[in-house]
Amino acid sequence: MITLLLILFPLVASALVMFSGRDSNVRRNALIASLAEFFLSLASLFGFQNTGIPEHSFSFPWITNLGISFHFAMDGLSLLLVLLTTFLIPVIILASSGCKSKRLNIFFGLILIMEASFIGVFTAQDGFIFYIFWELALIPAYFITALWGGADRIKITFKFFIYTLTGSLLMLAALIYLYFQTPNPHSSEFTELFKVGISGNAQILVFLAFFIAFAIKIPIIPFHTWQPDTYTTAPAAGSMILAGIMLKMGIYGLIRLLLPICYPLMSEIAVPLIGIVIAGLIYASIIAFRQEDLKRFTAYVSIAHVGLISAGVLSLNEIALNGAVFQMIAHGINIVGLFIVIEIIESKFGIRYMNNLGGISRVLPSLSIFLMILVLGSVALPLTNGFIGEFMILLGLFQVKPLLALFAGTTIIFGVVYMLRMFQKVMYGSLPENLKSRNVKMFKEETAALIPLVILVILMGCYPKPFLDLAGPSIKTIQDLVLTIPK
Amino acid sequence: MNIVWLIPLFPLIGFLVAGLLYRYIPEKITGWFVSGMVLLSFIISSIVLVKLINGGSPENIVLTNWINSGKLVLPFEFYVDQLTSLMLMIITGVGFLIHIYSIGYMHGDEGFNRFFSYMNLFIFFMTILVLGGNYLIMFIGWEGVGLCSYLLIGFWNRNNEYNNAARKAFIMNRIGDLGFLLAMFMIFSKFDSLTYNVVFSKALLIPGGSLFITTVTLSLFIGATGKSAQIPLLTWLPDAMAGPTPVSALIHAATMVTAGVYMVARSNILYTLAPFTMTVVIITGLATALVAGAIALFQNDIKKVLAYSTISQLGLMFMGLGVGAFSAAMFHLTTHAFFKALLFLAAGSIIHALGKEQDIRNMGGLKYKTPWTFLVFLTGALAISGIPPLTGFFSKDEILAEVFVHSPLLWGFGVLVSVMTAMYIFRVFWLAFSGEFRGNKVIKDAIFESPRNMLFPMIVLAFLAAFAAIPIELKYTGSNSLSLFLEPVFKESNKLFHKGETLPAMPNIILMAVTFLIICMVIYFSYSSFVRKKHIPAPDTVSRKGMIKLAFNKFYIDEIYNLMIVRPIERLSDFFIRFSEPRIFDVIIEFIGRVVLTAGSKIRLLQTGNVGFYLFAMVVSIIIVLLFNILR
Repeated sequence: MITLLLILFPLVASALVMFSGRDSNVRRNALIASLAEFFLSLASLFGFQNTGIPEHSFSFPWITNLGISFHFAMDGLSLLLVLLTTFLIPVIILASSGCKSKRLNIFFGLILIMEASFIGVFTAQDGFIFYIFWELALIPAYFITALWGGADRIKITFKFFIYTLTGSLLMLAALIYLYFQTPNPHSSEFTELFKVGISGNAQILVFLAFFIAFAIKIPIIPFHTWQPDTYTTAPAAGSMILAGIMLKMGIYGLIRLLLPICYPLMSEIAVPLIGIVIAGLIYASIIAFRQEDLKRFTAYVSIAHVGLISAGVLSLNEIALNGAVFQMIAHGINIVGLFIVIEIIESKFGIRYMNNLGGISRVLPSLSIFLMILVLGSVALPLTNGFIGEFMILLGLFQVKPLLALFAGTTIIFGVVYMLRMFQKVMYGSLPENLKSRNVKMFKEETAALIPLVILVILMGCYPKPFLDLAGPSIKTIQDLVLTIPK
Repeated sequence: MNIVWLIPLFPLIGFLVAGLLYRYIPEKITGWFVSGMVLLSFIISSIVLVKLINGGSPENIVLTNWINSGKLVLPFEFYVDQLTSLMLMIITGVGFLIHIYSIGYMHGDEGFNRFFSYMNLFIFFMTILVLGGNYLIMFIGWEGVGLCSYLLIGFWNRNNEYNNAARKAFIMNRIGDLGFLLAMFMIFSKFDSLTYNVVFSKALLIPGGSLFITTVTLSLFIGATGKSAQIPLLTWLPDAMAGPTPVSALIHAATMVTAGVYMVARSNILYTLAPFTMTVVIITGLATALVAGAIALFQNDIKKVLAYSTISQLGLMFMGLGVGAFSAAMFHLTTHAFFKALLFLAAGSIIHALGKEQDIRNMGGLKYKTPWTFLVFLTGALAISGIPPLTGFFSKDEILAEVFVHSPLLWGFGVLVSVMTAMYIFRVFWLAFSGEFRGNKVIKDAIFESPRNMLFPMIVLAFLAAFAAIPIELKYTGSNSLSLFLEPVFKESNKLFHKGETLPAMPNIILMAVTFLIICMVIYFSYSSFVRKKHIPAPDTVSRKGMIKLAFNKFYIDEIYNLMIVRPIERLSDFFIRFSEPRIFDVIIEFIGRVVLTAGSKIRLLQTGNVGFYLFAMVVSIIIVLLFNILR
């Protein structure tokens, strides 16, 4: 029941926010609603057994003769991602304090719709329901970028749209195919889809369809070119949601659907596939070396980081999978933090080009501390959240094939190269003359949005246990499931 | 021994207090509070040491399960044995003295509180590094000290050259850290544990010289070359001199850079089982010692000379490790911590007195102006040159003696390193303290001796650098009391090495005498050149020739790295941005887009509005599902 409530509540709240008119309290109302949602999701931890089997189940027959039902439930993996979503949304709303755009009621309403769709995706237990919420999440994302975006937004949104549409249609085709492979009466329940056990060419096609759909979302190179453009042009809150939460749908899809359905094929091609993903992450890192636009820079950093997460998932190794899930959460926190810092810098100085910035640590010392902690999390310094995940992923990759860990491991070197370059250009040195006249100081909301993030960066790094424990049994279940599939 | 967790806790508190309340606490309180925290750690370290001396046995203390996921169980544990205890004494002892010194040195700096919070954070990570009971905990400290080093090198961050130096240090260290990480993966995949006791006892069951042990130790050694600035990852340390001088003394001389030596000594069993790696360690150590020593001979920045000297001395320690002289290397690490910290603090005192002047060509005659600094620098110089009965003599001799047993040729090179050491340090000494002041008149009148809180730590260190070896060497019956103390740590390795064939007393004394005489001659020649003939190094603009040119320009190592690694990667990055992103990937996608568009153009809704089409596509897809069922 609580699962359904978690999906419905933001939808209702969204309607209220949208129709509450354009008064100045819109942001506050949206914040209160999202906070309530966060506490609601925390409440679902009570009585949560975490056995690895979905709990808090809710099922309502929808199209009975087709065997499609609104079936939602959460295992530890789902719950962890739901918590990430409900935690990040209020932070993102809080951080949009500088947002002075028009029609804020629609803007925040759309964000709440997205929240509901994400939770739908993360808790769906039925293939078509998963697909519907997957699509539902895209519509607000599309509107937010197209209506509140920056330069070139129509062209870029179109690119984003073509990409995601292609992916979605492929996924739909694969789902329909699988659906018809289930024994009569057909059912699109996950558990039924997993039992199908396809092989041969069909498996290759299904694998490609799902993989491309998820790879576009994550994005895995070469399906990535929509992402730097979209992150750059989308309004700050949009980039945060896309990078912090929405791309996790893709990785979640890899774990939840692709692993159980295509395991035999994947275990055969794991090493070359991971090789390609790792080549992509090195490629993105090298591009990040020379980016000047902070948003575009962060986009490539994100590609590099999620490349490592994807490699961890594709390795099918238990340690790497657990690390990848942990890293999904860490990445969500770090990347949203980075975007918030960029938004603060842009709103106060009017620029986001590194070359024209500098010396900000003198005028905003607290911002430089926040950014430093986020940078340390991103470069995976021990005792920050990034380390646990990257360590586990690399260790898992090593156990699959040592050479993979060697190449993927270069990320810890590249990471410091591009992150410290960015930090130095933005924070150190001296403030350019034309920015000196500005009287800048941090707003309370900005500080309030960053503090929980940096606390989590350190907390998760020092005490990863609750996060690892929550996802552990679900991953074990998935592993057990895939191991029973005959090759 | 269950109080050992207090040792890192105190500096952590110091860091948090100074770091979080930096705006509110006055400089005086921060300085003494934070130094007090290190003193408390020192006191507890002393208690631990006394317990161990009185026959306490090493302990493994599991604090909590840190990373625990399925088969992966990595506890947060401490291991306290004689080696740890020795390192703790150095870190907290020398650390405390340098904290006190910094109160004077950093007085009035706008970032005073920030400086002290970083310093305490460093002590925290450094103690974690040596306390760790498994490789992962060591790695926490290992990377943490790298962070502090980064923060402190770039402490005066208005200057972008300093920032670049800081970044370079972090990056080069990270290259080494990847080696460390991979070694951990190998160890864990083989032994299912990273805990020292488990790893070492399981390693002893593996035949020596196996590929596995060799790869593990080589990977770990790559980590050591990063942290301890050995070839090929040595160029960050001279640049690191951009940091305030107390930082150079503490981090880049006495403690952090010796972490590589500590790590190899800690892993002595693994290294002993890998003869090939040991050879690599010897060659790397020797080559680094010679190259850095040669560069130091021709540098004119007092801190740069000391930096290259540190690299060279670390090379000597690695040479010792490579021949299996683990306790001799640790002995030299200890004495080096004293005299090198002392030399840096004395250099800092000069720099402080001369208003940030670091070029020895602009010094001279300082023995009258700063008599205390003169005395302590002389002590340090004599100690590092290996003049008996100062500490450097004993520790260096012990390494050289064991090297001689291994190979007389290597011993010859080792003596060459010692000769260079005496040459460069006395070059600095004569140029700075004797003769006439060569700098500008305004500075000359303003020269003053450092305040008492700076002198006190220097004098304490001078005593240690001068006399610390005497109680250790007093019962000279084959092995000194330090190596007796450390014996349990290296017991297994010594067994494997079939040690016991130490050099007999007589040849050892001859070797000592030979080295001693050579060094005395070197000092005399240096005296006649720089004092009697008043030789002053040429200005930078004078062109140099041959080997001198190479050494003066640091063998162009940085330039080579720039040309071979940095530039190509930057080019590649530009190529990706300008070509492959827009011309390859975008084109592929545009093609796919066109295919989709052509398919979609039949619907004709695209032209009127994308959103509409999108919604339509979604509805259509749902309808398709429904239709499928009816059609069947």
